Amino acid sequence: MTEKTAQDVTPSAAPAFKSTGRYSALRLLREALSGHRNWTRAWRKAEPRSEYEVVIIGGGGHGLATAYYLANHFGITNVAVIEKGPIGLGNVGRNTTIIRSTYYTPENIRFYDFSLKLWEGLEQELNFNAMVSQRGCVYTYHTDGQRDAMTCRANDMRLVGADCVELDRAALKSLIPAIALDNGRFPIMGAFMQPRGGTVRHDAVAWGYARGASEAGVDIIEHCEVTGVRQQGGRVTGVETTRGFIGAGTVCLAVAGHSSHVAAMAGIRLPIESHALQAFVSEAIKPFLDVVLMFGAGHYYVSQSDKGGMVFGGNIDRHNTYAQRGTQWVAQEVAAEGVALLPALANLRILRQWGGVMDMTMDGSPIISRLPVDGLVMNGGWCYGGFKAIPAGGYTTAHLIAHGESHPLTTHMDLARFAEGRTVDEPGTGPFPWAH
Amino acid sequence: MLRIPCPHCGTRDEVEFHYGGDASVRRPAADADTAAYAAYVYERTNPRGWHLEWWFHAAGCRQWLEVRRHTVSHAIDTVNGKP
Ligand SMILES: Cc1cc2nc3c(=O)[nH]c(=O)nc-3n(C[C@H](O)[C@H](O)[C@H](O)COP(=O)(O)OP(=O)(O)OC[C@H]3O[C@@H](n4cnc5c(N)ncnc54)[C@H](O)[C@@H]3O)c2cc1C
Ligand SMILES: [Zn+2]
Repeated sequence: MTEKTAQDVTPSAAPAFKSTGRYSALRLLREALSGHRNWTRAWRKAEPRSEYEVVIIGGGGHGLATAYYLANHFGITNVAVIEKGPIGLGNVGRNTTIIRSTYYTPENIRFYDFSLKLWEGLEQELNFNAMVSQRGCVYTYHTDGQRDAMTCRANDMRLVGADCVELDRAALKSLIPAIALDNGRFPIMGAFMQPRGGTVRHDAVAWGYARGASEAGVDIIEHCEVTGVRQQGGRVTGVETTRGFIGAGTVCLAVAGHSSHVAAMAGIRLPIESHALQAFVSEAIKPFLDVVLMFGAGHYYVSQSDKGGMVFGGNIDRHNTYAQRGTQWVAQEVAAEGVALLPALANLRILRQWGGVMDMTMDGSPIISRLPVDGLVMNGGWCYGGFKAIPAGGYTTAHLIAHGESHPLTTHMDLARFAEGRTVDEPGTGPFPWAH
Repeated sequence: MLRIPCPHCGTRDEVEFHYGGDASVRRPAADADTAAYAAYVYERTNPRGWHLEWWFHAAGCRQWLEVRRHTVSHAIDTVNGKP
């Protein structure tokens, strides 16, 4: 057999791709004059090349953001993002879009607040309207103990520079007139609010990062499933895919709920279980709720989309699954919580429901880390909170790939923490991934 | 919604049960090293396929059942080793 020449493996001339150019109000006006017929695709549909410096598995928020920051901030443009379906149809397009930095451990607050800061400048950075809406996140409390725990959390947040304010019952009622302060079972004593928290248009996050990565030269390869991770002498050499072998100096897993499945291809077992989380959307109504509201007596969060639908969710389904659907009793539980908090919701019909598969870690905190095979890194273990982390996760994962060591904000997210007894027990529940 | 065939009570809705996680996990020998214990406490196979798992029939016979269930189709093929 003869060696393939470079010509054999390089695909014939890539399809012509015109840069999208900058988006602006003026541009919108100009395109309108030609009946909006001249807009070009926001990103290039690439064919796989035989080799890249970096291959990122997973075209979700974290994979695309990692590629974007690598190419635009760390000078590494020979990068491919390999996605088994179309980009953005995983959890990045399935979540309830809440962003906040209301965490418990100082190291996590710092990381998520860095993410909030990146969200605050994201639209300028990407020149893409991601509809970042800092409408505020409100948490109700129902007992003295809960107030004390939340006060502690709020103080921890303020100590590292994040924002958090307390609301008494009157302030809460004037902010959210529909709230049932005196509901029979769980009367509300007060609330805490992070004014900088809010929501983002989730699809736009995937599209915006994809566009920015593509413009900088990143290949985004859709409908290409990774089926194996090839290694030689303890070093990764590339990935087997449904479209052939693709060589790589560094391979980064960014496959969210499929972290265990893909890590197993490299012979690695992770401290992760895959569980489903559901989301629900009601029929559209007039403006009813202009903050993100979280129910402290259960596990329920709700916001109103710009189209008018109430978007809400609750707990995970609590048994291992890789199926992107949900179990019915959780839907009933979530609906009951919503009605306890905002009784008027009882009049609404639920229009849509879906599930996403999440990688629940044993301590409830994510993993951005090198793996025990040289050249293999992972971004995952996001549990049900990885949407808000996309800008910071992408940035710090790019840092890890470019510099070979963790970004200072993510040193606590390494995989070795489990074996070395320094888990980041964010929920304070111990090693039960379905318990929080 | 899962329907779990309890060998003692018959087929019942998932709401009667409490999930207990991976049933294939085995405690290492008392003199095993810390790496083996860390793997035991934290690491899971988490298969995309058949999974052996514990379910406690809390609102029924109050027995722990060892159920083999598929994590994509949710089909259950054995309970306590029997079809
Ligand atoms: C219902 C729901 C609500 C949520 N709500 C919130 C919220 O309000 N706030 C918040 O912060 N977080 C929330 N989350 C969590 C958040 O969505 C996830 O943590 C985050 O999106 C995961 O990162 P990602 O975007 O990279 O994942 P994904 O978008 O899932 O990306 C992973 C990609 O990897 C691809 N892939 C998998 N295996 C392979 C393979 N073998 N080869 C190639 N590609 C592969 C998948 O197809 C997928 O596109 C929610 C999640 C769900 C499901
Ligand atoms: Zn029983």
